Amino acid sequence: MYKYDRFDQEIVDARVDEFRDQTRRRIAGELSEDQFKPLRLKNGLYLQLHAYMLRVAVPYGMMSGRQLRMLGHIARTYSRDYGHFTTRQNMQFHWIKLEQAPDILAELATVEMHAIQTSGESIRNISSDHFAGAAADEIADPRPWAELIRQWTTFHPEFSYFPRKFKIALTASDNDRVAALSHDIALKLVPGPDGEIGFCVHVGGGMGRTPFIAKLVRPYLPPQHLLSYIAAIMRVWNRYGRRDNIHKARIKILVHDLGAEEFTRQVEEEWQLMLPTEPPFPQAELDRIAVQFAPPPFETGLADTIDPAAAADPAFARWLTHNVHAHRQPGYAIVTVSLKPPGGIPGDITADQLELLADLAERYAFDELRSTHAQNVVLPHVRKADLHALWQALDAAGLATANVDLVSDIIVCPGLDYCSLANARSIPVAQKIADRFADYDRQKDLGELKIKISGCINACGHHHVGHIGILGVDRKGTENYQLLLGGSGAEDAALAKITGPGFDEDGVVDAVERTIERYRQLRTEGERFLDTYRRVGFEPFKEAIYG
Amino acid sequence: MKLLTGNDLKSGAVTWWTGQDWSLHVEDAVDVGEHGEPILAREEALRRVNTPAIIDAVATPDGPRPAHIKHRIRALGPTVRPDLTLKPADPDAGGWVI
Repeated sequence: MYKYDRFDQEIVDARVDEFRDQTRRRIAGELSEDQFKPLRLKNGLYLQLHAYMLRVAVPYGMMSGRQLRMLGHIARTYSRDYGHFTTRQNMQFHWIKLEQAPDILAELATVEMHAIQTSGESIRNISSDHFAGAAADEIADPRPWAELIRQWTTFHPEFSYFPRKFKIALTASDNDRVAALSHDIALKLVPGPDGEIGFCVHVGGGMGRTPFIAKLVRPYLPPQHLLSYIAAIMRVWNRYGRRDNIHKARIKILVHDLGAEEFTRQVEEEWQLMLPTEPPFPQAELDRIAVQFAPPPFETGLADTIDPAAAADPAFARWLTHNVHAHRQPGYAIVTVSLKPPGGIPGDITADQLELLADLAERYAFDELRSTHAQNVVLPHVRKADLHALWQALDAAGLATANVDLVSDIIVCPGLDYCSLANARSIPVAQKIADRFADYDRQKDLGELKIKISGCINACGHHHVGHIGILGVDRKGTENYQLLLGGSGAEDAALAKITGPGFDEDGVVDAVERTIERYRQLRTEGERFLDTYRRVGFEPFKEAIYG
Repeated sequence: MKLLTGNDLKSGAVTWWTGQDWSLHVEDAVDVGEHGEPILAREEALRRVNTPAIIDAVATPDGPRPAHIKHRIRALGPTVRPDLTLKPADPDAGGWVI
């Protein structure tokens, strides 16, 4: 895991001091809200419906037990005993007081965490595969590259005043677990013609009011040109991005308006101009970073099996089926801790649970945890021999729900219960759907089915790429919900299609059930919901929904 | 009726104009009619409120009820966490929002 060097720590500490002074000046009246707002947003501090909210960066979703324990401390001391994992691998705390925000940032800095660039028109947290470094299917570890990009983009003077926010995702597997193609730049580690691992580059993905899947810009980029090529992309956008209209300012609009071919031509032209003066690639820094992501000291010669006596427990067996994944090291497994218990709020986690996960990570997972964009937590390196003990500890804390990628593993934004941008509540809809399909056998029968819910068109709940998506809208002061079908945030990325007129809260839950029942009628053996939808098309489902 | 609402600068808590001061409780809010703008300007300048706004509400026997659900949720708290609302002991509080 990456450890701050002197420069990292000085940068973060200086930022805390700077924000403390900005906050003091705001409270003293030396800064107006209009002057202060962009400053607090650059430090992740929003003003939401009920109080301030602080979004803490979790770079590429990676945390240590010490860091998670600090998040638990912040939840208990400064919030109301809980935090919320976001759909971009960060953690946010509601109920924050402005006057305490600098103290929180100072406490975070002591464990190498911060809230820099978690909001505002900046390059946001770098997303990556939550199975990175553990997955059996990755060709290389993407985290050293993600950390290099994090360092390069933090406070980069050329890219600090963009037309809009900018999101980068990095993956190294054919299985996209980070919704990469919904990002402004999607980087995938791939082998080049000579076998050297470089990057496949897609640009212009995004959700929001105008969703797009990212377009292929370069099938292979030699690794030593990564930073200059990203710079070329951002320069083209910085030059031609629509600063006159916030709704058209994202790079996805520019890529769409120019067309992928012309956008690519301009990027390549810009890049060629840059190459003669391209700074030397920081190989020494990459090497310094990479050492810190060396594999943990795995034991060798372990049995690659699970104790059959323990696996005879049906509840444990269910959890093994849905929450435990293949690890590249024999004798080890990857564990996903679901934060979607029955009746719970997706992504919410109590201070006690945060501290427990910190303990369990230290005991069972080489002190590593990951947050996922699906609002769950991963313990990446667990001995198979320890799985039963781990499961028992999780179960005692309400953290052993066996539902990863099932119908009740719903991605959902905070919605109108918390968010000042939302038009409708989204959490209650998720809770009602999860309750409707609570029966485990029913969930298992349905198989992989990804429901994603947003409380407004900004699409933080990723509804555009849900197998089933739900969008909350305001219809004359009343909550109304549009239903969408056929999206995917995985390697087979696709945008969902709106079915038709919207529903009230209970109506959309019924419509989801009718959709799923139609799937059960139409599916062939082993066919996922999304596969059936793609095979039979939209109309049979629309007919089931509206009659 | 028209209400004045905003957030407390230091805590971020939702507040309502009572005619003399700011309260956490919408029941204390008063109808400002067409006179809201100068009050907001004065109070914001004094930093007694942040991001103030004038909103529509309906007078009820139990006090003002904001016209839009967003402001009713602001007035009460998150409907999905009754324990964190201003009326944690009232099982019917959520019904007031919907």
